[in-house]
Amino acid sequence: MSSTEPRRTTLDALHRSLGATMTDFAGWDMPLRYGSERDEHLAVRTKAGLFDLSHMGEITVTGPQAAALLDFALVGNIGAVKPGRARYTMICRADGGILDDLIVYRLGETEYMVVANASNAQVVLDALTERAAGFDAEVRDDRDAYALIAVQGPQAPGILASLTDADLDGLKYYAGLPGTVAGVPALIARTGYTGEDGFELFVKPEHAVELWQALTKAGEGAGLVPCGLSCRDTLRLEAGMPLYGHELTTSLTPFDAGLGRVVKFEKEGDFVGREALREAAARAGQNPPRVLVGLVAEGRRVPRAGYAVVAGGEVIGEVTSGAPSPTLGKPIAMAYVDAAHAAPGSAGVGVDIRGSHEPYEVVALPFYKRQK
Amino acid sequence: MINPKELRYSKEHEWLSAAEDGVSAVGITEHAANALGDVVFVQLPEVGDSVSAGETCGELESTKSVSDLYSPVSGEVTEVNVDVVNDPSLVNSAPFEGGWLFKVRITDEPADLLSADEYTAFSAG
Repeated sequence: MSSTEPRRTTLDALHRSLGATMTDFAGWDMPLRYGSERDEHLAVRTKAGLFDLSHMGEITVTGPQAAALLDFALVGNIGAVKPGRARYTMICRADGGILDDLIVYRLGETEYMVVANASNAQVVLDALTERAAGFDAEVRDDRDAYALIAVQGPQAPGILASLTDADLDGLKYYAGLPGTVAGVPALIARTGYTGEDGFELFVKPEHAVELWQALTKAGEGAGLVPCGLSCRDTLRLEAGMPLYGHELTTSLTPFDAGLGRVVKFEKEGDFVGREALREAAARAGQNPPRVLVGLVAEGRRVPRAGYAVVAGGEVIGEVTSGAPSPTLGKPIAMAYVDAAHAAPGSAGVGVDIRGSHEPYEVVALPFYKRQK
Repeated sequence: MINPKELRYSKEHEWLSAAEDGVSAVGITEHAANALGDVVFVQLPEVGDSVSAGETCGELESTKSVSDLYSPVSGEVTEVNVDVVNDPSLVNSAPFEGGWLFKVRITDEPADLLSADEYTAFSAG
């Protein structure tokens, strides 16, 4: 947490007029919820939700060697991403520890936008800047250049289509294209963090209020509601998506987190962390330390991050995220557990909830997958 | 937010109804319910349990956190609200009415319970 005053997005006054409960998140004053977070969650699952995500950290990388720099700095095969497409990837330290998980949009042949978590944006910016030495590429801090508004949920395509001429049908998941939405220039990306179809709209901060209001109006008949970070967290948890600081930390490699697939050893050239990640891959393949699993409660008490996972009276793991799941109607959690107890259906697994061992079922992630 | 005049309040954000035959209902305030967010699980004391003023006697789970429930007075629990156990969202939708938590036969009460006006000022600060 920053010791200075929290930053406010350009939509701040609007959130307050909507009666939002605000929360400090990574140094930003962000909407936690507007009304019931459960209702907001269910609106995204069944209709649509509108999010202010302007705290996310945008970093632009340009130049003849932009692709080469990102291939060196990140674990993914970024040069292979086609213009107009996006990739989920990670930035690691030389020892393989995860610095952040990222979405990288290739905006053009020699231009990329890297979107980092708010809490890590400075770390990512510093690492990219340092790793850019010797490359003919420029790393630019664009955190203040964008507001980010997301429309998520099954009604999102219809709502957005009423405000833009852009070819949304042709816009695939993990793709982005420049367009105009409600008269406002926007980068329209089919990405999200909810497990639903939806879009993320990167616009100039001075256009954010206008865009938010247009989306609100366009979504009126479709059940669109403003949504805060509380439901964003339960949505991503149900969808089995990791959150930095919970499932991902510098003490874990992507292989430890069950996300080794994002590491592309086959790409050309060296990259930061390659050697350590080779070893991590071998370790995870033969003798995995702990495995990320899903837990579903048999009772109603809710596991929280940091609670011990137990079996036969022994601690066998730790909860990284937990919440009551609005979709399942039961408490759920993600946890790292010893490999011996990681198989779905493993018997006798529980969570130590303030001294009492509550029974939990080990399940494969995700908890929720949308019907396509 | 209007805190009913006929109730008294604790600094732990519980309310206490006027006693009828020595028995009062206890709940949490709208201010507390709003701060918690959607309540998904309540664990209440059992009928016959002794509760002590200012001590925990249950817990409330919401999306983000778990909070202890404190008894505003000392006494014996005479009834618990089964409706709120089955539907904890009553704590959010009707904190001063259908969302009451338990009833207690009061044996002792602290001197520092607040009036509605005092609690309104306290919870705003």
